[in-house]
Amino acid sequence: MSALPTAAPRPEPAEAGAREGRATTGARVEFRSLRRAFGPTVALDGLDLTAEPGELLALLGPSGCGKTTALRVLAGFEQPDSGEVLVDGEDITPVPANRRDAGMVFQSYSLFPHLNARDNVAFGPRMKGVATAERHATAGELLELVGLPAHGDRYPHQMSGGQQQRVALARALALRPRVLLLDEPLSALDAKVRLTLREEIRRLQLALGITTIFVTHDQEEALSMADRVAVLNAGRLEQCAPPAELYERPATPFVAEFVGTMNRVPGQLTGDGSVAVAGATLPVDGDVPAGRGPVDVLIRPESIGVTADADGTATVVSAAFLGSVTRILLDLPDGVAVKADLPSRDATELAPGVRARVVPVRRPVLVVPVRETTAPGAAASGGQVKA
Amino acid sequence: MAALTTTLPEASAPAKAARRSRPRYWRGAVLAIAGLYFVTPLLSSFVFTVHVPNQGLTFEAYSGILSADGFTESLFLSLSLAAATIALALLLVVPALVAVRLGPPRLRAVVEIVCMLPLVVPPIALVTGIATVLRWGPDHFSRTPLYQTFLAVQNESFPVVLVLAYTVLALPFVHRSLDAGLRAVDVPTLVEAARNCGASRLQVIVSVILPNLRSSLAGASFLTLALVLGEYTVASLLGFRPFAVWIVTVSGAEARMSVAVSLLSLLITWALLLVLSRAGTGSSAPAAAIPAAGATASAPAATTVPAAAPTPVPGKE
Repeated sequence: MSALPTAAPRPEPAEAGAREGRATTGARVEFRSLRRAFGPTVALDGLDLTAEPGELLALLGPSGCGKTTALRVLAGFEQPDSGEVLVDGEDITPVPANRRDAGMVFQSYSLFPHLNARDNVAFGPRMKGVATAERHATAGELLELVGLPAHGDRYPHQMSGGQQQRVALARALALRPRVLLLDEPLSALDAKVRLTLREEIRRLQLALGITTIFVTHDQEEALSMADRVAVLNAGRLEQCAPPAELYERPATPFVAEFVGTMNRVPGQLTGDGSVAVAGATLPVDGDVPAGRGPVDVLIRPESIGVTADADGTATVVSAAFLGSVTRILLDLPDGVAVKADLPSRDATELAPGVRARVVPVRRPVLVVPVRETTAPGAAASGGQVKA
Repeated sequence: MAALTTTLPEASAPAKAARRSRPRYWRGAVLAIAGLYFVTPLLSSFVFTVHVPNQGLTFEAYSGILSADGFTESLFLSLSLAAATIALALLLVVPALVAVRLGPPRLRAVVEIVCMLPLVVPPIALVTGIATVLRWGPDHFSRTPLYQTFLAVQNESFPVVLVLAYTVLALPFVHRSLDAGLRAVDVPTLVEAARNCGASRLQVIVSVILPNLRSSLAGASFLTLALVLGEYTVASLLGFRPFAVWIVTVSGAEARMSVAVSLLSLLITWALLLVLSRAGTGSSAPAAAIPAAGATASAPAATTVPAAAPTPVPGKE
């Protein structure tokens, strides 16, 4: 018998797993009306969220949005003030952390310094009373699985950060958990290692079919790895959707501004479900505000067309070559700056100082009240331009 | 200008070398003075034990130690008291410090103050309080089971009251040593990682915390051992006769043997230090991850703890 937590068939294969054509062993995880406050600070404010069996669900949001608290509640390190956590329908809220059946990889290197890699991986089975030979076999197989078969005798201080996180991943899998929890496991690593490791984590997660909840503040990580991304803001769920849907059809202005880069351009509601902006009339997506009046229109850089035109009202401020696309920064007449992503072959004439004409692509856009507070983290994501 | 810029580095090189070499002489001088300060009394004591006027060189003071009346009993008693004190102090302080590392930071200050209190309370005040309670207790609890407890803790073959008193005296040193060790470890993350791996709270302490505190535990144990072996005031005033009290007692009739025993006790203490240091930096522990025992043994507390000093002075800890 293999000691590995192989993907044995489960009674109810997950939709996510089925989509990918893989067997799943993961559990269904539900947060129900979860609330947790630390003094006056509300970390979770009635969070309702479900992770389907076998899927990788990323919790994304700015600092203090409650994503790590949600993960810690699931791991059993925090007790919610109210609400419950269900795993496969079973309420595990009162279950202590050591009986949660959830493997976790921490942000900081959390390997036990006095144990070598093999013993670190075998620690969980040792606590459960598994025989030495069996747990060493498990550790050996898991180290091989994470690509470190020859590192069993090394102590944490003898390994790089990436290697330590691989061992931590192997340790988290050693007890065949129903849920894998990743608390920003890549944030302490350098960019190259981070890229490699996130691909490996995804490969392992798909191979094992284990339900995985991945906390990150890095939207690129979330969008590239997750089956679905849950965007949290101030302890509440803003939207939970597959990455493409999250980007293309953000449910709220916060999501629109937090995920990806977003322009905020003044517009005028026409009263018939459309908005006039930059000389074009675009249909409004989502809730359409009643009446006419000024609003801010949220438009992605790739939804803005730019052509060099001596009679144009916009001025090119800068052009950044990014490979297949070039990002153009323009000043509109009313002092608004917008970013536009154009195919690089179409941007050759758009040098700084060139007059240009801006034409938004006709597709539904979100509108928000004028001068609405900027979403936290939007600046970090490059989404906010000056109003 | 060009000449200036080119000659400056050349001129400064020997000056830098001279500056670098200067501290070496200072280090040597300081080391020599400190060595003399420590070695001279020991050497004098040794000469005193082996040189008898009009008789010349003799090792009678050493050869007669084992057969001296009360030596074995008092030494065994002191070692037993030391073992019990170490166990009790660690049992009290380790869980307390781990708990405050995991709990609110303000509790750390409270625990630190409580543990440091024995440093500001003179042992004579402590022993006066203990003696008062021991006298007062039996009169007031003579008809309760506590009466027997009061008698039991004063049992001469193993006076538990000394263990309790020594534990209080050892608290500052144990706290300092363990606190230094815990500062080097990310306790909350390790505890959570261990809990996540299915470890109970006891398993977390035994399998994760203690192994990472090995050198600190060794340091705390050594400091406590040294304190108990050299402690005189409390034991003497409460009427017990552990090793330090025996040395003072025997010094009246056998001055040379008394000094010889003190020297031997120093050697024993140093030997135990070596053993505990080895235990603190065991073979499986990564040297970089776990600070050496010497690092914790040389914590501020260590300078204030007397090792088993030759001829303990009554009233001085």
